[in-house]
Amino acid sequence: MKNSEITLRCHKIVGGYGEGEALVSKEPICFYLTDPKTGIVRERGHGLEGKNIANKVLVFPSGKASSVVQIDGLFKLSSNNVAPKAMVVRDVETVLIVSAVIAKVPLVDRLERDPFEVIRTGDFVKVNADKGIVTVIKGI
Amino acid sequence: MYLTKEEERILNGELGEGIQKAMELLVAIGDAYDAERMIPINRAHAASSGQEGDMYFVELLANGGACCRVPTSTNPVYDIEYFDGIFEILKEEAEVPRRVKEGYKRIGAILSWCCIPYITENIPLYGETVAFSESSATPYVNSVIGAKTNREAAQSALAAGVIGKTPEYGLHFKENRKGTVLVKVEAALKDEFDYTLLGEYVGKQIGYGIPVFTSISRHPAAEEFINLCAMLNTSGAIPMFHIPGFTVEASTIEEAFRGNPPEDKITVTNRELKQTREGLQTTSGKIDLVQLGCPHYTLKQVGDVARLLEGKRICDGVSFWVCTSATAALLAKRMGYLDVIEKAGGHVVADTCIDMICWNSFKDKVGITDSSKCAYYRRFKEAMVARLSDCVEAAIKGEWG
Repeated sequence: MKNSEITLRCHKIVGGYGEGEALVSKEPICFYLTDPKTGIVRERGHGLEGKNIANKVLVFPSGKASSVVQIDGLFKLSSNNVAPKAMVVRDVETVLIVSAVIAKVPLVDRLERDPFEVIRTGDFVKVNADKGIVTVIKGI
Repeated sequence: MYLTKEEERILNGELGEGIQKAMELLVAIGDAYDAERMIPINRAHAASSGQEGDMYFVELLANGGACCRVPTSTNPVYDIEYFDGIFEILKEEAEVPRRVKEGYKRIGAILSWCCIPYITENIPLYGETVAFSESSATPYVNSVIGAKTNREAAQSALAAGVIGKTPEYGLHFKENRKGTVLVKVEAALKDEFDYTLLGEYVGKQIGYGIPVFTSISRHPAAEEFINLCAMLNTSGAIPMFHIPGFTVEASTIEEAFRGNPPEDKITVTNRELKQTREGLQTTSGKIDLVQLGCPHYTLKQVGDVARLLEGKRICDGVSFWVCTSATAALLAKRMGYLDVIEKAGGHVVADTCIDMICWNSFKDKVGITDSSKCAYYRRFKEAMVARLSDCVEAAIKGEWG
């Protein structure tokens, strides 16, 4: 099967470059409820429960949960090298921005098409936050 | 974002490295939201957590010589001295919380160590612009008090406290404070526990937005508002809501939506609240731990616990805890509540969050709490969630459900 490549403009929130396999969550994510050593989501009943976010390009609507813990969650993942490579969100919010700044994970929003229509779990995604470009490679 | 000459100088590091780091974070947030300028704030609340990310940032700022320019209060960590006398906590484990507390002291914060400072230690006024992080604090300040804050992180609130300013965006503008979802409350709301369940359910349903509650017939008490706020912003990311007639910015439904139709409508009946509560239970039977005060109990709630425990004895083998502010603990002692609770075999502890390493000896235990937020972040294994009177009954019997 031939690979198809889609290039989309986006808005940079936290700069940098990250690429990896896409992991799409329809639900908001709380990084504190992941295993800080492995990146496995352990929130009971979450759509990603048991899935691993380490080194993925994470596509999700927004962050959630107490502001206290979100930053510590992503900071610990990052300290253990199991943070996502980049994050693509629909609704930007301050807690998530601060988490990404401090954990140094590229973060973008405002894709020119709905990321939940374009990106599927398993696609290969390159996020160039500095240039404001997301590339989605299908069929791998 | 436009920066004044002074703001430019801060960003360039001319006033020190600590304040520069604070400005860098605020500028990143301002750019993300296309903010045009920075605006002054009157106060801030940094939701310090006593954990590694928290330590990293407060030390970064404090080591660089930064100091809070406006009153900036702090969230609970834990009372290291109190717990040292009761549980075995390794010195190296206590090192991060200890350094966090030291960092906030060095940076000149109000050392409230309390998650509801907006009722006692650091109270915003109507119309003020502030930077309040912490799940219950943000919606409470916006909705109940009518001050203006965005949904801050601990670090953005601390940075704002250090600079005395915040980028202007989001909930600073009136048009962004209008309702988005209509929530019809057909459920009977008896007490603060029902408000916990309401917040848990609605937060989960809406995720992100500004709910407008209708058909609530009685003015919610402060504790009911606190719990609603905490849960809306824990199971969801909800920075504000309206209850026309009872919150300050809208007296009618039309005003709450600013004449626009709701984007969505939901109805909450007793059935949803019952299902929500049932969904929080992971077990029943014997209990090892009762944990109350997430969010921190008010003085009134500490008094409620004392009345329920008067002349009673907590079952052997059950550890019973009430977390509250230093201010409320002081008054509780003065008013005799502390004596009653301690005589029954319970603890009242200030400065302490339920999500701290000091609770790690309960990691294989069964706990009961009246807070779904506590259950969500619990340091114990299995959870039961019930209203306060049931938690106290469980404490006396040693089991529940």
